[in-house]
Amino acid sequence: MSKKLIELKNISKSFGSNLVLDELDLYIRENEFVTLLGPSGCGKTTILRIIGGFETPDIGSVYFDGVDITKLSPNERQLNTVFQKYALFTHMTVAENIAFGLRLKKKSDSYIKDKIKYALDLVNLPGYEDRYPDSLSGGQQQRIAIARAIVNEPKVLLLDEPLGALDLKLRQEMQYELIRLKNELGITFIYVTHDQEEALTMSDTIVVMNQGYIQQIGTPESIYNEPTNAFVADFIGESNIIDGIMVRDRLVNIGGLDFECVDEGFGKNEPVDVVIRPEDVELGSPEGGHTTGTVTSIIFKGVHYEIQVESAIGINFMVQTTQNFPVGSFVGINVIPDNFQIMHKPQSEDEEILNIEDIPLKE
Amino acid sequence: MNKNRVQVLSIPYILWVIGFTVIPLIFVVAKAATNAEGDFTFEYLLAIFDPVHRKALLLSVCLAFISSVICVLISYPAALILKSAKFKDTKIIMFIMILPMWMNFILRILAIQLLISKNGVINHLLSVLHLGQIDIINTPIAIVIGMVYDYLPYMLLPVLNCVLAIPDDIIEAGKDLGAGKFHVLTKILIPLSLSGIGSGITMVFVPSMTEFVIANILGGGKIQLLGNIIEQEFSVSMNWNLGSGLSLTLMIFVLITTLLFGRNSANNRNFVL
Repeated sequence: MSKKLIELKNISKSFGSNLVLDELDLYIRENEFVTLLGPSGCGKTTILRIIGGFETPDIGSVYFDGVDITKLSPNERQLNTVFQKYALFTHMTVAENIAFGLRLKKKSDSYIKDKIKYALDLVNLPGYEDRYPDSLSGGQQQRIAIARAIVNEPKVLLLDEPLGALDLKLRQEMQYELIRLKNELGITFIYVTHDQEEALTMSDTIVVMNQGYIQQIGTPESIYNEPTNAFVADFIGESNIIDGIMVRDRLVNIGGLDFECVDEGFGKNEPVDVVIRPEDVELGSPEGGHTTGTVTSIIFKGVHYEIQVESAIGINFMVQTTQNFPVGSFVGINVIPDNFQIMHKPQSEDEEILNIEDIPLKE
Repeated sequence: MNKNRVQVLSIPYILWVIGFTVIPLIFVVAKAATNAEGDFTFEYLLAIFDPVHRKALLLSVCLAFISSVICVLISYPAALILKSAKFKDTKIIMFIMILPMWMNFILRILAIQLLISKNGVINHLLSVLHLGQIDIINTPIAIVIGMVYDYLPYMLLPVLNCVLAIPDDIIEAGKDLGAGKFHVLTKILIPLSLSGIGSGITMVFVPSMTEFVIANILGGGKIQLLGNIIEQEFSVSMNWNLGSGLSLTLMIFVLITTLLFGRNSANNRNFVL
């Protein structure tokens, strides 16, 4: 494991009466692609701005390479930011934009010229030196913003929803570009987004946040397959979150019916949340099913059908499958033990499923 | 049909422009290029080179320039302070700032006169406090004070609009790339505000240069700006030919100023420091 490069210790931050971060601890390792993921207002951007030096925490410290940088201003930190709305200097050419940081560091003209060329090649925009930002598309402007940041050879690149303003196709292209850049540069990326698909695609580590608290830290696979609470399960991908009772280790009761699972360490007869991903619910003939149900709706989604099944145990399952089951058909339902994810019931509001009404309109 | 309607609707404006711009301008040019007998002459068009007129023009340009610079020096920091203070409602601040404009122009100048004249409010206060006296009434300084007081809102508004429109993340990007406060100001804020400063200068410099009322009241008739001379030629000496000739000269200066500073924001990158 590489060493810890950035450490946030006991960070709290309020804006007015609104507590945005509450006693938060987080560390980020060298050369990691870390994504801070959560709904609007969860505090992810505030963390990024605290690391970048644009906000000062009310309580707590930020360490960079073991040194306390809490009080340093942005221009004194060895990291650079790519802003959501590009924030290019509209009165300068692309080359002048990229050279901005280097000129302040009094680098030689030849060094700067080489760097500009290197950076423009890296972001696939060679020859754009003399263009003005206004004349570029959104995707091109964001590439220039990235080039402007990386020529300063930061140890960490902070990216604040950099693809948020781009359309879907371009966003997907840029995701691959960013992964490539990260690998070529070999530096740490800290990426903020509310888009779970983006997070799953690019990250080494995902930090899922809600209401100022970290809900789960892990690899994309572990976050998706083993969410720790209902919020994470609901926010990352689609899921059936069902009330259950843990009968004993490796056995959970749902709607009066016992199912085998692989989870251990819960209290005897403890009420739990059970997560089953829609693609993990298997439909078949009624005879072969652990329980049965009736298809109440089916929607074609391209790759798969999305089917709602009203089951005999009183639970409505969402199912994704490539097979077509017409509305009204009587089906058997199976889920293999590995595909049950058992979670403790939420201990606080932030661990609960996100209500649309809870999302503030503006961050 | 549609095109015809647009043409019909534009008739009042065309008549306005012809009646109140084109025809008067033709009269002025005609008067300037002829003498009292109606014969063609260059005399009045070149009258600006007369030492008295030259001096008045120079003084007009100088005072207008100084007033504009002072207005910039007051407005720009004010705009920066307002921006960084992040007031919820900058409209209220703007409203307060332009409130004096609601007062009659002459009244405002008379108020200044009352403040700075020999037996005025300021000198009265100073004598009570035993702090000596100021003697600036009837000097160019008094005229500059009047011009700044009168025209400051015309500088403040475009500058404030321009500065407030600079996105915060551009400033943050500058800091992020290593710029301290000084470089943020010189490399980002000022270059991005040049269009506002430019229109502010046009709106202060032009009326200041053609000014004569302020000079009459605060200059006590002793200081002759080109505006005063033109006014006197028309209303006192009744030499309309000379007045027109000098007016045309002044117009050329106004035109030059407008061309220099009145560029729109799309061109402001030409001003990069």
